[in-house]
Amino acid sequence: MTRISRRAALRALSICMTSTLAFGAGSALAQDGPVKIGYAVARTGPNATGAGITTIPNYELWVDTVNKAGGLTMPDGSQRMIEVVEYDNRSANEDLVRSIERLATQDKVDLILPPWGTGGNLAIAPLMARFGYPQLAVTAVTDKAPDFAARWDRSFWMLGGGHDYAGGLVDVLTKARDAGTINNKVAVVSVADGFGIDLITGARPAFAEAGFELVYDKTYPLGTSDFAAIMSEAQGSGADSFVAFSYPPGSFGMTKTAQSMNYNPAVFYISVGGAFPIYPGVADGKAEGVMAIGGVDAESPAIQEYFTRHTAFVGSPPDSWASAITYASLEMLAQAIERVGLDHAALAEELSGGTFETVVGEVKLEDNQLRDLWWIGQWQGDAFRAIGPADKTGAATPIIPKPEW
Amino acid sequence: MLSTTLILGLVLGGTYALLALGLTLQYGIARIMNLAYGEFTLIAAFLVVASFQHLGVPPLVALPFVTIAGYGFGWLLYQVMMRPLVARSGSSGRLEVDSILATFGLLFLIQGVLLVGFGANFTSISYLDRGIDVLGVSVALNRLIAFAICVLAGGALVVALQKTRWGLIMRAVALTPGSAPLVGIDVNRVARQGFAIGSALAATAGASISMYQTFSATGGVVFTMKALVIVIMGGVGNVPGALAAGLALGLLETFVATAIDPGLTLAATFAIFLLVLLWRPQGLFGART
Repeated sequence: MTRISRRAALRALSICMTSTLAFGAGSALAQDGPVKIGYAVARTGPNATGAGITTIPNYELWVDTVNKAGGLTMPDGSQRMIEVVEYDNRSANEDLVRSIERLATQDKVDLILPPWGTGGNLAIAPLMARFGYPQLAVTAVTDKAPDFAARWDRSFWMLGGGHDYAGGLVDVLTKARDAGTINNKVAVVSVADGFGIDLITGARPAFAEAGFELVYDKTYPLGTSDFAAIMSEAQGSGADSFVAFSYPPGSFGMTKTAQSMNYNPAVFYISVGGAFPIYPGVADGKAEGVMAIGGVDAESPAIQEYFTRHTAFVGSPPDSWASAITYASLEMLAQAIERVGLDHAALAEELSGGTFETVVGEVKLEDNQLRDLWWIGQWQGDAFRAIGPADKTGAATPIIPKPEW
Repeated sequence: MLSTTLILGLVLGGTYALLALGLTLQYGIARIMNLAYGEFTLIAAFLVVASFQHLGVPPLVALPFVTIAGYGFGWLLYQVMMRPLVARSGSSGRLEVDSILATFGLLFLIQGVLLVGFGANFTSISYLDRGIDVLGVSVALNRLIAFAICVLAGGALVVALQKTRWGLIMRAVALTPGSAPLVGIDVNRVARQGFAIGSALAATAGASISMYQTFSATGGVVFTMKALVIVIMGGVGNVPGALAAGLALGLLETFVATAIDPGLTLAATFAIFLLVLLWRPQGLFGART
């Protein structure tokens, strides 16, 4: 063992004292000290990919932007810096719940930001309600959002449900069929996991109601990496529209398989991953005309400015679906704090009833849900543009049939 | 119809078999159950993609370098991390448990490094994606290449293990590591070589996977699982067994996906796996002990 000499001990002591003094002086200068904001996100495990694309970069970008501007503005006009307390939930709900509990009881943070994913948001909802924190559940796609919003009145659901997205897709296809561009046959595949199941259950009745015939309707297990068999069946089905309710590995795999076997349906629709900035690269620069879930109003200056800022800070552009909404939810939070301060009840009330200026335009929640969303988009030129709902301002006109690969 | 299933199934099976070759060597010869095997393949895949995207090196050119680097990495890892475990366990069965625990930790270490180094994004490149007509069936060229690599590497290994003196030594260590020293075999050296060749094969598999599949830093465990199923089905340490089991699995999955339902591919895989475990626990081609 090394022996600590008296001189070293004294030196250490003096350093400790000076730093304590300096720290004390520093915090005395700032008004009220920082606002503590905590979150438990997936840094490792299977959810790390989703969180790493949509959630974490936006949290970091927002905190950086706010702090560079002097901090969060309080109702009295003073500004307070944001101090972040972050935990890794390791993609496990047990860890996530424990971290939220710790954030609330030990770290006593002022606000808690939600994790990535539907499951995680549902897992923490009861806990957030018990501790009274508002929960801005952005990356949660669920048809039960109205029930959840009613059960936990400080929870906000901002990405719609499976029925919405399925309905948005069917609307686009119905218009194309009525115009005579595609036939009424659809080949649809879905991943046998929460999201895929949600969407296909919403889509089947919607397709039937619109008079479409599902000539190929199959599910595939999560983790499937080879789509040659599925795609060759779909190709042989005689459908003009190919629809996949898929996760990114599936979306990318099916795109490549369709290209290599020269499968050129008039409508090629994939789900999560289609709006990712890397998609055109995956499609070997031939993404033109591919439809996918989500979308942004690519012409809006606010969105363009957000894309530029995100690219500069993170190093890559955001995805064109949930990223902008995530960032908008944080802007809402900042504006609500500016109006009513940090009291949880007042904050929840303001979020629920107020109107906010965000990167996705003016936002006002309906029954604690964001309903003014884009359901479907398409790669046109170098941007992933929203095409549905068609009557929403900023919607682009769909290109059908899709140009050949 | 049937020929489509056959060809697509064989190609898929080839990519599976290639993935399993390295693991079966590592477990069979070095007796190390490498749970970080999938992460080994991911390291290679990320390196290939990075050199393709930033330096413009085509994956096929990068492949031999990655393979050699994989050998070096495996060699070093065995020397630094596995050797003490082997020395400690002596002739008892502790090595298996110890290596599972150690490589389980290694899995998270590599995953963390990959996350920091390459980020959490899904990675996918477009390389040789065009379709090639094989007896009237369109197959992606990059998958055909993976299939060819599998046939070449697997075939060379089978021949080397069966026909050469080096192969005889390898098999001796695999069969009875306790008695091999009696005939003058340096078991440590042979095991290290087995582990390193396994890592080199893992790297080869990773490099070929990077050409046709989407992957992310957290997806290594999926590769490990697939390889493990094939290794156990084929008989641990049995190279021809792993080749046959991989091809059989590919054919089975494709057949089930086209004839029955794509949703049952995973179920079919594990049903076969269970049957093998119940009736032939030594693997389809394993020797009875």
